[in-house]
Amino acid sequence: MAGTEAQELAIECCLLAGRLMMEAGAETYRVEDTMERMAQAHNLRMTHSFVTPTGIIFSPGTPHHTQLIRIKKRSTDLEKIARINDVSRKLVTGDYSLEQAYMQLQTIDRVKVVFPFWLQLLAAAWASGCFLLLFEGHWRDLPAAILAGGVGYIIVVLVNEVTKVQFFAEFVASLGVATSAFLMVYFGQGNELDKIIIGGVMPLVPGLLITNAVRDLMAGHFVSGLSKGAEAFLTAFAIGAGVALILSFR
Amino acid sequence: MYVLIQGLLSFFAALGFGIIFNAPRKMLFHCGLVGGAGWLIYLQCNAWWTDPVKASFLGAFTVSVLAHLFAKAFRMPMIIFSVAGIIPLVPGGLAYNAMRHVVEHDYLQAIPIASQAFMVSGAIAMGLVFAEVMIQLLFKFVIKNGALSK
Repeated sequence: MAGTEAQELAIECCLLAGRLMMEAGAETYRVEDTMERMAQAHNLRMTHSFVTPTGIIFSPGTPHHTQLIRIKKRSTDLEKIARINDVSRKLVTGDYSLEQAYMQLQTIDRVKVVFPFWLQLLAAAWASGCFLLLFEGHWRDLPAAILAGGVGYIIVVLVNEVTKVQFFAEFVASLGVATSAFLMVYFGQGNELDKIIIGGVMPLVPGLLITNAVRDLMAGHFVSGLSKGAEAFLTAFAIGAGVALILSFR
Repeated sequence: MYVLIQGLLSFFAALGFGIIFNAPRKMLFHCGLVGGAGWLIYLQCNAWWTDPVKASFLGAFTVSVLAHLFAKAFRMPMIIFSVAGIIPLVPGGLAYNAMRHVVEHDYLQAIPIASQAFMVSGAIAMGLVFAEVMIQLLFKFVIKNGALSK
């Protein structure tokens, strides 16, 4: 293939990989690193990429135009990160040709490999139960915590699907957690309201955001670090406000 | 017995988070292991020093070191292993208690708890980053000496 055409495809490839990784919740430095490696494997020497949680600016060097790609949705999908990592590794070592890699990335974009929803729900409810016991709650409160965690997770997924506003979804979900915990205690199915709520809220906690935000800050990616930190803070605030609202009626 | 139960519980909690975060199927077990190890270290240190800040630091440090080792071994991004493992250490209980005091207009009680939650999350972050730096130095050293050429 002619040199420039191949390079155009390589640039497309870099941008697609970068966007997918950012949407799946990868660390900023990993996205930049992956894009630059993929570009260097195809003789694009002077590349610069500037990755933020809401958009990627990628400059592939003199004959090519600088490109900007917008990132509209953000979620956590570790499987996707692992598969893109695999594709880029194979592209750099030469196991995949450029076309193959591009096809693979498009497939990853189209086909979603996720656990079925009922299993995720079960995992969330189950994790809530575990957390209740980890935080020295009593076995008697286990059903209440499992119920609260499950209710919270259903609400956050459904509301997020309908409204697309993460902040609102988290708020409503933590309202649901606190309400169901409160009702369980009210009807004598639980004792320690505090522990049940803490357990039930755990699946909503923005763990990935917090860790990524700090790592980005320490690695010198201040823009992404601060914006991820802001997102984590908003989420935590939404959860706290939801719980607080119910507690204030007690 | 207590330690065993706590270890199992944290293992399953981290596993559950692996499922929620859609970790690769083959790696779920390892996610659980990382989470369990981090929590046990946290628990043990907290029992020794009764200082959740130090304990969280060491717990996060363990999580990060293990995640890096698994990442090298399976050639996968380390984030897959660390995310689920870090969740049990997040000071959810402290943040919740601080919030509750604020709602009850008991601001003076809320401030020390909130500061502690802040310190704990800072310690977790420091633990993650320190482990990463040390592991990178270690691998550089090992590769330079050619003792373990991968």
